[in-house]
Formats: sequence, C-alpha cells, structure tokens
Amino acid sequence: MLKCRTVWKKLAPLARASSTLCRQNVRRAGLNNGKMPSCVPAGHMSTGPAGGGRENQMYFLLVGVTCVGGGVYAYRTIKGDHQRYQDRIDEISSRPHKQATEEPAIPIQSEPPAVAEPEPQAALSPEEPSPPAPDVEILAPIETTEPPPADEPMVEASAEEAAEPSAAPVVEEEPSPPSEPSPAELTEPPPAPVAESEPTAAAESLAAEPTEPQPEVVAESGDSLPASLQFPSHTPYLLIGGGTASFAAARSIRARDPGAKVLIVTDEPVPPYMRPPLSKELWFSDDPSVTETLRFKQWNGKERSIYFQPPSFYISAEELDGAENGGVAVLTSKTVVHMDVRGNKIKLDDNTEISYDKCLIATGGVPRSLQVIERAGEEVMKRTTLFRKVEDFKSLDKVSRNIKSITIIGGGFLGSELACALGRRSTECDLEVIQMFPEKGNMGKVLPEYLSNWTTEKVKKEGVKVISEALVKSVVCKDEKLEIQLKDGRLVKTDHIVAAVGLEPNVDLAKSAGLEVDSDFGGFRVNAELQARSNIWVAGDAACFYDIRLGRRRVEHHDHAVVSGRLAGENMTGANKPYWHQSMFWSDLGPDVGYEAIGIVDSSLPTVGVFAKATSKDTPKAATEKSGTGIRSESETEDTAVSPVASPTPAPPAVLQKDEYGKGVIFYLRDKVVVGIILWNVFNRMPVARKIIKDGEQHVDLNEVAKLFNIHDD
Amino acid sequence: MTNKTQRCYILKLVKTEDKQQILTFINGGTDHATPSSAELIEEDPNDPYEERGLIFPSGEINWNCPCLGGMASGPCGTEFKDAFSCFHYSKEEVKGSECLEQFRAMQECMQRYPELYPQEDEKVQEYERSSETKQTSQDSASAETSFLQSL
Repeated sequence: MLKCRTVWKKLAPLARASSTLCRQNVRRAGLNNGKMPSCVPAGHMSTGPAGGGRENQMYFLLVGVTCVGGGVYAYRTIKGDHQRYQDRIDEISSRPHKQATEEPAIPIQSEPPAVAEPEPQAALSPEEPSPPAPDVEILAPIETTEPPPADEPMVEASAEEAAEPSAAPVVEEEPSPPSEPSPAELTEPPPAPVAESEPTAAAESLAAEPTEPQPEVVAESGDSLPASLQFPSHTPYLLIGGGTASFAAARSIRARDPGAKVLIVTDEPVPPYMRPPLSKELWFSDDPSVTETLRFKQWNGKERSIYFQPPSFYISAEELDGAENGGVAVLTSKTVVHMDVRGNKIKLDDNTEISYDKCLIATGGVPRSLQVIERAGEEVMKRTTLFRKVEDFKSLDKVSRNIKSITIIGGGFLGSELACALGRRSTECDLEVIQMFPEKGNMGKVLPEYLSNWTTEKVKKEGVKVISEALVKSVVCKDEKLEIQLKDGRLVKTDHIVAAVGLEPNVDLAKSAGLEVDSDFGGFRVNAELQARSNIWVAGDAACFYDIRLGRRRVEHHDHAVVSGRLAGENMTGANKPYWHQSMFWSDLGPDVGYEAIGIVDSSLPTVGVFAKATSKDTPKAATEKSGTGIRSESETEDTAVSPVASPTPAPPAVLQKDEYGKGVIFYLRDKVVVGIILWNVFNRMPVARKIIKDGEQHVDLNEVAKLFNIHDD
Repeated sequence: MTNKTQRCYILKLVKTEDKQQILTFINGGTDHATPSSAELIEEDPNDPYEERGLIFPSGEINWNCPCLGGMASGPCGTEFKDAFSCFHYSKEEVKGSECLEQFRAMQECMQRYPELYPQEDEKVQEYERSSETKQTSQDSASAETSFLQSL
C-alpha cells in the first residue's frame, strides 16, 4: 500500500506535467492549423513538437492514453492490494489461534503485502538462539525491517521465536511456552532450538509455512494425531543430496546454529561417505571383507571407515522435530522429484512433501556414459560399469575377481587411479588391465606433456596396458566377450568395461525449481556466496559458482565439496561469506607417486616448472608419516615426482631416468598471473601455494616464487 | 638447510596457436640458496573472508573450526559447547574449575555414544585431573589446546 502511494505520488506530477504539455501543444496546434495550409512544405529538418497539426494530435493522444493507462493501473493495484490484504486476514482468522500476544503482531502484518514476497527469507530467520536481537547479523540478508516492534512481545511469549511477523502464518503458529502438543497446533514455529518450550514431537511436524499455499499442508497434519510417528513434513534446514558437500554443510550448520535440525535426503541407501577411497585405498586393502566393512588403512596405519560418521551420529527422521538439541537426520533411498521454490517445499518420489526454511542442493552428478556404449545394446551395457558410488565399487570388485580382462576408458583422475588399483590386483589374480583414452598420456588434460608422459610410464609400471590416442568407434558383444573397435582400426577384446569419462552434474531439479543452469560448465549457477536464490544454496560438484580470484568455475574434487559444503552451511546460518579459501586436490598413483594441486590446473595453459632432484624422503608415504595424519587433504602433503635431469645436459629431459625421483613446483599461468599450482613431491607447502594464488599478483620471475617453497629443505 | 647443492632446473611449456607444445629448458637453472625476492601481500588479521582458527580475533570460539572435528556438531554438541564455553571464558585461577557440572553433563552424554566418542571417560578424567593443577589464565591458549588434545 505504501509503495503504491509513493508511486502514485511520483506519477501525479508527471501526469500533470504531461497534461500541461498536451494542452499547450493543442493550443499551438490549433493556432498553427489556422495558418499552416499556405506553408505546407515547411522544413522537415527538425523533429520539434510544433511539427504539424497531425503530429501534435498523435502526441496528445499518446500522452493521454499513457496517463489514463497509468491511472487505471494504479487504481487496480491499490484495489488488488486491498483485496489481497482482506484475503490474508480472512485466512488468518480462519485458522486456530493460540495466544493473545499474537494480536499485536497482526496489525504489523498489514504492512505492505507488496513487500510480502520475501516471505521465504523472512521465515528463515528462525534459527537463532533465544534472544533474537532484531539487529541480527545472523539473519538472512533479505530481512525486512519490520521485525523489531513485533519481536518483543513474541519473544517474551514464546521464548524461542525469532520469526518475522511479516510472515503471517509463522506468527500465528507459535507454540505456547509450556508446550501444548495438541494437534491443532500444527503450525510451525520455525522450531528454533531453544530448550525450554520445546513442543513435543506431535506438534512439531509443521514448521513455519511462510506463504499462503500451505493451508493444505496444515490441514493434512491437522488430521494426523500421532505425528510423532510420522515423517517430518517441515524442516528448518533441508539438504538435498547425501554426499560430501551435504555432510560438510550439516556439520557447519550444527556447529553454528545451536540445536539446529538438519534433514538430509539422499537417493542412496547409505549415509554420507567419502568418495576418494573408492578408487584408491579400498583397493589396496588386505582385508577380504573390505566390500562389507568399507574400512581402509591410511598411510599412517590408522584405520577408518569411508562413512563420515557411524550411524549413531544421526537421529532418525521421525525424532528430528522433537529433538531438544536438534540433530542431523538422513532419509535414505528417497529421490527429490519436484521443487517448489515459491512454496518452499519439495516432493519426494513417494509423493511426500517436505517444506523447508533453507535448502541446500548438493546433488552431485552422475557418471557420463559413452554414446557408443549406449547404442551398443543390453549385452554391452551389462558388462559396463559407470563408476561413482559405493555399490559400483562393490560390483566392480566382484567382477574384477571373476574375469580375465578389463578395460578402462578414460585417462583422467578416476580412470588412472582405477587403472593403477586394478593393475596392482592384476599381479595377484591374472587380470589383464587395459586403459585407453584420446589424449597422448595419462592426465593429459591436467599435466604438462612431460609430466603426463612420466605419469603414463608410471601407470604402465603398475601393470596397465595403456593405449593412448584411442577413440572408440564401436563396441559389440561376441561370445560373451566385448570387442572395442577404435577409430584408427585397432581392435581390443576384453571382458568388462569401466567408463570414467567425466561427470554430468545433476540438475534435474532446475526445471521445477526454476533455477538457472550454466551453459558453459554445467551445474546450477550460483553467486560467489553459493546462493541460487535467497534461501537456496548449491555446493559440491553440482555448483557452478563465481570464484572471486579465478572466475566462474565448477570443480569436481573432494576437498572442494568439503570447502563449498562448509561455506554453504556457514552462509545458511548467516555468514554471508564468498568462496575464498581455495580448495585443493590430489592424486595418488601408488605409494611412491602422487601430487597435490590447487587452482586451475589445465594443460592448455602455459606452465613453468621448477624442479630439483628428490630423495627417498619425498614420497606420499613419508609425507603422511611425518605429519601424522591420514587423508591427504587433511595433512595437505605434497608429493609428486618430477625430476627431469640427472646431470645438466643440453637436451630437454622429457623422460625421467629410471628410479630417479624429482620434486618441484609447476605454475599454471593465465595472463601472467599464477592461477594454478602443482606440488610434485614437495611436503606441506600447500599454504604457500594457496597464498600465491590468493594474491593473484603478476610475478616477474617465477623462480623467485618457487624459492618460497623451500623445496630443498626436507 | 643442507649443504648439498640447491640448484633448480626450469622448464617452460607453452602451447602455440596450432596446439604445438614448446618446451624450453633452462639448464643449470638457478641457485635456490639465496632467499626469495618474490613478494607476498601482507595478511590482514581481520580479513572477514579468511578461514579462522579455533578462536576468532574477537575472542569468541569458532565452533566451525575443522580442528574441533565433529565435537560441536554431534549429538553431544550442545553439551560440548556449554562445557568448552564455560572453560574458555573462565577467569578463575584454576581455569575451568567452576565448569565441572558442564563437563559432567558432557561426559554423561558422550558415554551414551561410545562409538562416536571412544574412551571419552578416561580422557575427560585426565582433563579434570590436570585442571586441578595450578594453571593461570595466562596459559589459556595453551590450556585450550591441551584441553582439546585430551578429548
């Protein structure tokens, strides 16, 4: 209402001005018309208003119509607003009331429904500890400034609500301090985490439904009395996807928002786990039951499970609402099929609806398939593994024990790691391991050619038959064996194929949610703070985000999932921080060789490598032993070997001497600025690398920069 | 610093328009014995974007610090936060001596989840014993680290 008034006020003087103009023109026109006929071919050089009677009339008509149109629109808007207001009031009064204290809040809601759109955000504030000071840094940025007056009475009354009064339904539905578990109260306080008046599970099911089209949901739960046995139909924090990013976000939220209630929905049948061991450590395990236990031994000898936390860490979904101190619940084997951003709710594949206050999309991706394989038919497809999940690991492990020959298509991280892992196994069980890819060498898209060559030699030493520059033309199944025809004519016969040719980010929800998808990198397009909408964030493999230093990108690494998940969790609890701490990644090709990298590491960029001879202390194993930690990204050790030269010879050292390891730093440059760094067999220097990229300076002499790494020190 | 030679070799690799790779090898490279002349930008201790350690510049506890592992976010997160906050802000001569109640509550909670908090009892008892010895608040930083290590 206010808005319309101000708009009208603005329009009025304009209208007046234009009508005066019109009148003046008419007069002029009138006068002119009388005189005009004799001077018809008057200069048409200017386009001034006094151009002629007809033009004046047109002008008058246009302006007039605009004014009338503007007036009509303004009138309609005001009427509409009033109507909406009435509707809202009627709706509210038709719902069960609980407290007198809600009255004072209502007049405040009469404030512009025009400003009502930011409701979803408004209702999101809730997650605060009991004294919700109106000057809340923690609240979502969209907050309107209405809260302060209404906050006081509400706070006193309910001892836990920080909900914005402008979200009318929210106000209505706060539980009274001594919790009344009556089913009528299904309205939802954004069940903020304060201990005292914790409503029982029964009342909990519905938390704040910020917009109107929730009544049906209210009604449903209204009918169900034993809500304690039910699924939560509302959760303050909803995380779609049960991978690394999601878990990191859950942890972040729980750390920052006391007593937060977090619901993770995953289509996998298991709780969140880490992916890197699936293509590395789990394959090196001596334990025959590793496919069941999923435990692996880290370099430092300590054993751990791939699961981030054991099942006792999580609470059940049914308990989530009633949990006094909140918790993390995981709904397994459920796919989110529809997302209603306006209504702040999602729908699962079993038709359950869950509404949320804040949502994280961390859906990751699905492995890309090869068209030639899809076209090849059922027999080929069932002998092909697209490797990504725990179940893929289990089935590949089983398959690899029962066949004679396996081929990995793809020469990147996953393909090379699996090839090395299987190559190791080939010595034990008479398995032929073939790896084929279109590039010239392993990691050809990442490493500069001389390193890629070195890596390829290393992979071959692990027992893998490497076929480079191989493009698959067709695949057929003959007599239970697969025949892969390459474009250059070569034929490869094998029993099973593993396709490791990239990841397709999962943006299935983009359509129903109306979220933007990036056309260059794929994935959901989000800003530097990982926000897609004011209460929707995206993290992990599926997020195409803006990196302040390096530009828009999408990163598919484990540490990035952790870093972005953490950041999303922080931002969901009001931190408003951009992506700034650069994530790193690593790759191991066995205990002797690995490397760590950070930033944009693309072999199409010019590179400068600075190398020195390495000693036996420069290996991944030694690195982790020294630092006493297990997982590489925790210790951030760097190990990658590059030593080009034994003695200074004129020829460029493209191939390493046998048994000679080197260490060094490789800088990737874009416009003379270092945007990526690989640390090859150099320990514990990732913070230095991170700093260099963060600074984003143009360094004149990269050798001087390399000195910062002290690669000659142990 | 070792006595062995600190020479480095430099390899520059660029791709030209026609995708050819040109590898330039600078032999006899340079000597890494002299300190670097590269300049790094000075860190701003109050940079709002930076990741922080356990304690923020303001003195508050960073519950999201990776160093805490899952302590602040697990089922006993609330109890842990209460106990640790009490300890952190304690001004007593024996730091945290007034926090025994919170620590007991935390210990009780952790006992209910042995899978998540293995051997908690011993560690908390160890802490309680160590807190009985004289520890002034000047040692607070180190006190906190040792507290965490005892967990």
